[in-house]
Amino acid sequence: MNATTDQVWSWLGEVPDPEIPVISVVDLGIVRDVAFDGDECVVTITPTYSGCPAMQVIADTVKEALHAHGLARVRLVSRLSPAWTTDWMSDTGKAALKGYGIAPPVQQAIDISGLRGGVKRGSFVEPEVVCPNCGSRHTQLTSQFGSTPCKALYKCLDCREPFDYFKCH
Amino acid sequence: MDAKIEYLLRQGDNALILSQQLSQLCGKGPALEEDMALTNVALDLLGQTRMWLTYAGELEGKERDEDQLAFHRDAIDYRNVLLVEQPNASYAETMMRQFLFDSWHYFLMQGLLQSSDPRIAEIAEKSFKEVTYHLRRSGDLVVRLGDGTDVSRARMQAALDDLWMYSGEVFIYDAIDNAMVEQGIAPKAEDLRAAFLDHVNDILLEATLVMPSPEAWMQRGGKQGRHSEHLGFILAEMQFLQRAYPGAEW
Repeated sequence: MNATTDQVWSWLGEVPDPEIPVISVVDLGIVRDVAFDGDECVVTITPTYSGCPAMQVIADTVKEALHAHGLARVRLVSRLSPAWTTDWMSDTGKAALKGYGIAPPVQQAIDISGLRGGVKRGSFVEPEVVCPNCGSRHTQLTSQFGSTPCKALYKCLDCREPFDYFKCH
Repeated sequence: MDAKIEYLLRQGDNALILSQQLSQLCGKGPALEEDMALTNVALDLLGQTRMWLTYAGELEGKERDEDQLAFHRDAIDYRNVLLVEQPNASYAETMMRQFLFDSWHYFLMQGLLQSSDPRIAEIAEKSFKEVTYHLRRSGDLVVRLGDGTDVSRARMQAALDDLWMYSGEVFIYDAIDNAMVEQGIAPKAEDLRAAFLDHVNDILLEATLVMPSPEAWMQRGGKQGRHSEHLGFILAEMQFLQRAYPGAEW
């Protein structure tokens, strides 16, 4: 069958991230390119974190979804550079995260490391993270590492709920 | 063997052995947050291992993929530095080992961003973000535990004194490392060492710990395959399944 790249993009927009199913792989910003090589559909994806165990599942899900839409030949290509950053996440994606109880990234990841302030102690300014449960700005970092590589642990000092923060990267 | 393949194995093996060591603490961290941090760092390092060893296997051209390189080589063929194979003797030792490693790893990845080999520069670009988080965390903990109670300070100082002699091997360049510098692939030892000492000195000062002499004699040999007895035990556990059931897949 013949499909346009626009169609493929819209199909991919319905493929959920396996760990955060409220956000699609397109909204997460990990689909970098869609192209056709003859009748083969080539989808380029980039990992969020190099050890992210969800990447294999994502690749399988993308293939399955495109097969289901009638594309017989699908190839997944992984691209490392430019490295994924949270800036590539769509506004729809960020809103969906918040509704799901995960605070979306609040800063722009501007420098090469995606982290302002480098590694000198005291030079790093903790971002002001808003509690996804009660909307309070009175929150505190519990740990830079959370339930998946892309998240940090926070707690709200007002409603007392712990929550995940999708960290800037 | 081609110098670049050796260099890639060194990077991959450093990340792999340290990842394996941290994985051993999964479920045994002193607090839930620490447990998650240790395993997150282990996972990042494992992902980095994969990128390095896949590239090494491709250049080698003997159809060895990253799994074969990880599970089918014995200690003498491993190219990691001695620092990463030092045991998880206590949490102080684990965190000090991590801090010394991260402090070098961060500046190495930063240097490799400018590598003349585009694939190496890409791997460094991906790793550098992760390594930045690692170094921030290990530096924070060294300060918290060093400038902590009398007991925690004494333990951190003892760990530093124990591990210091393993901190210099990464800066002792041999023919392989020098070939990489000449080809514009890797940064110079003296640049990395200056940045490393500057950062370590800052953190240790804040942690109220006494930095041993940078001119002290340093252990060496891991990069050339001469390892301590610890590596054999690490590999015995890590490679058990593939040795018992060669070629087994999930």
